[in-house]
Amino acid sequence: MAEYSAWQVLKNAWRGNTGWKPAWRKPDPKPDYDVVIIGGGGHGLSTAYYLAKNHGIANVAVCEKGWLGSGNIGRNTTIVRSNYLLQGNTPFYEHSMKLWENLSHELNFNVMFSQRGIINLCHTPAQMDDTARRGNAMRLMGVDARMLTPEELGRRMPGLDLSPNARFPILGGLEQPRAGTARHDAVAWGYARAADRRGVDLLENCEVIGFLRDGDRIAGVRTTRGEIRAKKVAVCVAGSTGAVMKLAGIDRLPIESHVLQAFVSESLKPLLDTVVTFGAGHLYISQSDKGGLVFGGDIDGYNTYAQRGNLPIVEDVMAEAVTLFPAAAKVRLLRSWGGIMDMSMDGSPIIATGPLPGMYLNCGWCYGGFKATPASGWCFAHTIAKDEPHPLNEAYSLDRFHRGYVIDEKGQGATPWKH
Amino acid sequence: MRITCPHCGPRDLVEFSYHGDATLTRPDSASTDQDVWNAYVYDRANPAGEHREFWQHSGGCRKHLVVTRNTLTHAISGVDFAPGKRTGRKRS
Repeated sequence: MAEYSAWQVLKNAWRGNTGWKPAWRKPDPKPDYDVVIIGGGGHGLSTAYYLAKNHGIANVAVCEKGWLGSGNIGRNTTIVRSNYLLQGNTPFYEHSMKLWENLSHELNFNVMFSQRGIINLCHTPAQMDDTARRGNAMRLMGVDARMLTPEELGRRMPGLDLSPNARFPILGGLEQPRAGTARHDAVAWGYARAADRRGVDLLENCEVIGFLRDGDRIAGVRTTRGEIRAKKVAVCVAGSTGAVMKLAGIDRLPIESHVLQAFVSESLKPLLDTVVTFGAGHLYISQSDKGGLVFGGDIDGYNTYAQRGNLPIVEDVMAEAVTLFPAAAKVRLLRSWGGIMDMSMDGSPIIATGPLPGMYLNCGWCYGGFKATPASGWCFAHTIAKDEPHPLNEAYSLDRFHRGYVIDEKGQGATPWKH
Repeated sequence: MRITCPHCGPRDLVEFSYHGDATLTRPDSASTDQDVWNAYVYDRANPAGEHREFWQHSGGCRKHLVVTRNTLTHAISGVDFAPGKRTGRKRS
């Protein structure tokens, strides 16, 4: 952070801001690399960084179709948490949380990680029991969790409608105090700069249009900037997983692409200093440092690759926001947008070797990929470097569906539009 | 997005519920071939383009529909009633 210190800002302002340097190089593609990563989003960039840092593999290229961080890393609602129930998930997300806690120092880039807590609200006695069970499971696995009473919720969130006459009265909530938010773009930029400084080539405007083969083995990629050969090719393209894998001849995966919309309101004075989720529907809301309410809900619920959604979900999300915070009814919406989610069949991700020799796959993040950015890259780098998964991502195999080892946090079954 | 129900005419998206990929063929119930069942339950083509999918007009006539829709543009090029399955039972 020293590079962007108050002193540097003053010094550069004095010199007419002519002293700033680009944060990363813009290299031309080399003819071959040890590893080519397809996808210059959060997960691709963190994978490149940890390949270089943890495994000493710096002869790496990241191929990005647009500009770095132009996909879901800049479209999420910035929530970081590790409040999961199941064994396959909790240790992975808790590892991610620990990486988040040191990320600004690690990258020397302020990712504005703010551990303001997340509170999941409960509206029925059964939901209270179920949530307490999850809280207990978290504590057994070394994650922080505590139940809050309505009185505590009222002190924490004065704007919250706690009246017993509410349509879904609030009976309590589960808090993970170490959860929070981070500045999503800064995460991409921080990883990009740190990877670049370790020698990784970040190739923007470099769309992968095909794969090079050496017999059965994937031996590189054809891109809009020419052919690039690689010993290992890692696919890390979130909502475009189906489209990119088709280029390699894989035409069926346990993935569907769906759109998730997100919203930000005009700036307000401080209203909410935590992240809160509505338990009788699907809404997650926080307030950014700039003052806007940042919130979202369900995916639209039909297959799509269009980065825009439809109005029924907009209405649904607004109604839920106003149910929780009646004062928000007067707030005007500033912007809404959509991102394409790679919804897996059990709601959990895939970080695995294969499915072809020389290929590695990272996908299926549903709409929980942002919080996983550090651990996803950390584990994917291990999987690529060692040709086998780390114990933390062993459960995230691609063949778990056919073997019957699904990790279905929600107990929803193979209906990706409902996860 | 509006879907033109062959029974009710053009109606808003909010009246319909989604039931996924309509190109999958359910294996014979007597089949014990695990690969066939796994492929049916878990594997999807997930195309970027034309997609045949089931919708139900749950807020209207409750008919099940097969909609052909482009997943890049949301443009709908066809809506039909979902083919009913013959049960072999006589109707009284």
